Amino acid sequence: MGLADKPVPVPTPETQPFWDGCAAGELRLQRCLDCGKPYFYPRPVCPACGSTNVEWFTASGDATLYSYVINHRPAPGFESEAPYAIAVVQLAEGPQMMTNIVGVPNTPEDLVLDMPLRVTFEARGELQLPLFAPAGAA
Amino acid sequence: MSTGAIIAGAAETNEVGKLPGYSVLGLHVEAAVNAVTDAGLSLKDIDGIATASSIGPVQVAHALGITPRWMDGTAVGGTSFLLHVRHAAAAIAAGQASTVLITHGESGRSRVGAGRIAPTMSSPQGQFEAPFGPVGPPTLFTIPVLRYMKDCGLTHEQLAYVAVAQRQWAAKNPRAMYRDLITVDDVLASRMVAYPFHLLECCLVTDGGGALVVTSADRAGDFPKPAVYVLGAGESAETPLVSQMVDFTESQAMKLAGRDAFAQAGITTADVEHVMIYDAFAHLPIYGLEALGFMPKGEAGAFIADGNTEPGGSLPVNTNGGGLSYTHTGMYGMFATLEGVRQIRGEAAANVNPNISVVLGNGGMFATVGVLVLGSADSPGC
Repeated sequence: MGLADKPVPVPTPETQPFWDGCAAGELRLQRCLDCGKPYFYPRPVCPACGSTNVEWFTASGDATLYSYVINHRPAPGFESEAPYAIAVVQLAEGPQMMTNIVGVPNTPEDLVLDMPLRVTFEARGELQLPLFAPAGAA
Repeated sequence: MSTGAIIAGAAETNEVGKLPGYSVLGLHVEAAVNAVTDAGLSLKDIDGIATASSIGPVQVAHALGITPRWMDGTAVGGTSFLLHVRHAAAAIAAGQASTVLITHGESGRSRVGAGRIAPTMSSPQGQFEAPFGPVGPPTLFTIPVLRYMKDCGLTHEQLAYVAVAQRQWAAKNPRAMYRDLITVDDVLASRMVAYPFHLLECCLVTDGGGALVVTSADRAGDFPKPAVYVLGAGESAETPLVSQMVDFTESQAMKLAGRDAFAQAGITTADVEHVMIYDAFAHLPIYGLEALGFMPKGEAGAFIADGNTEPGGSLPVNTNGGGLSYTHTGMYGMFATLEGVRQIRGEAAANVNPNISVVLGNGGMFATVGVLVLGSADSPGC
């Protein structure tokens, strides 16, 4: 009672396909049709070569744990989960993404850098948010 | 080789720390008046104004009765003031202004007359970082360090020692908020904020202000204090989202800004006798020393833990005690720069008498960097 809800992202026209993908249980990224490089976060120009000739595609959902902190001072809505990890994962396709890690205790002993992870989705407001769990755990 | 500019006036607010009797604007004003007085000038001599505050250059100029013919509101985080120095030097060389006042005031602790900071949930940060529960810089600026520790071999004890080394400087500085000597054990026993960062590895949150007066090096003999030459300056940006840093073991913006500043000054690391690196958290002096080329990547942690940056060491770093022990209003770049100026002038609390001081300022969370090379009249290039 009285606790704030977790923050809910507000999509923009450029990011809507990403959130539509999450709602469909898919992790969708963009890639450049000129230089071939995939990228994240969603935007209408390739950061590698400057081309606007880009497309959406469905990523594998596989990732590894790149780095993280374990936050002991929770954000509004996260009070019952503290301490919790705020992680950055490296997607199999290359781009990095901030996320939370579920399906494993959020301790330094259990969160080992480079451990294989797989995407999972959790409702947040009207959206589905991409989280990651140890590969094979789900 | 030089930017052609000097810092002729430099001052902080009368006090830094807990100042509930000052608003943000009040801190700007006191720092501005102190810096202009330090330069032996009056506010009516100022024709250019720069600040990064939410208040902005128009409010600051108006409060001080200054009518600017040049202004810069570049606000890219705590390093903004270093960029203002660089921009002011260029403007002075171009004849757009003759005497530029750069001000900082922030009620970071007491929040008097200060706004709130929260990401817009439709921004890239709002959509792709805020939903995962970060609570400001302690949970974002810190995220890369576990990757650095794994790839480069930095230990928890070495990270903690950054705070130990800087506290030794703070112990010599009567204005520092924390002055009692600490040990690695003390740091590791302090409250966990965001693993692997303990409280003593995180900067203070204080109130205070500072200001600089920048003018042409042609006027170097016209002021009461020794001129501090701005020999070189650089700036760069990497990413507004820390998750998108190219490589978590190094800062591209630090490397690029440092390269430009050193090239303009015509110096190498061997010429540098004093360094200020904006230390919002204990890993930043490590990233900064490596990015500036003082040692190969992966060696700065041991360099600091071996005592090289503390009093008596070969390369004094963060000699006011830094953001970890001296003060940190939120945009600490002004205070890092002011300590560089004091060191060159020979008026720092713990003076090491350098001819060249390098100041590296951070903005955002590995988002932006400014670097200044400051020199005395005896430094090469003056």
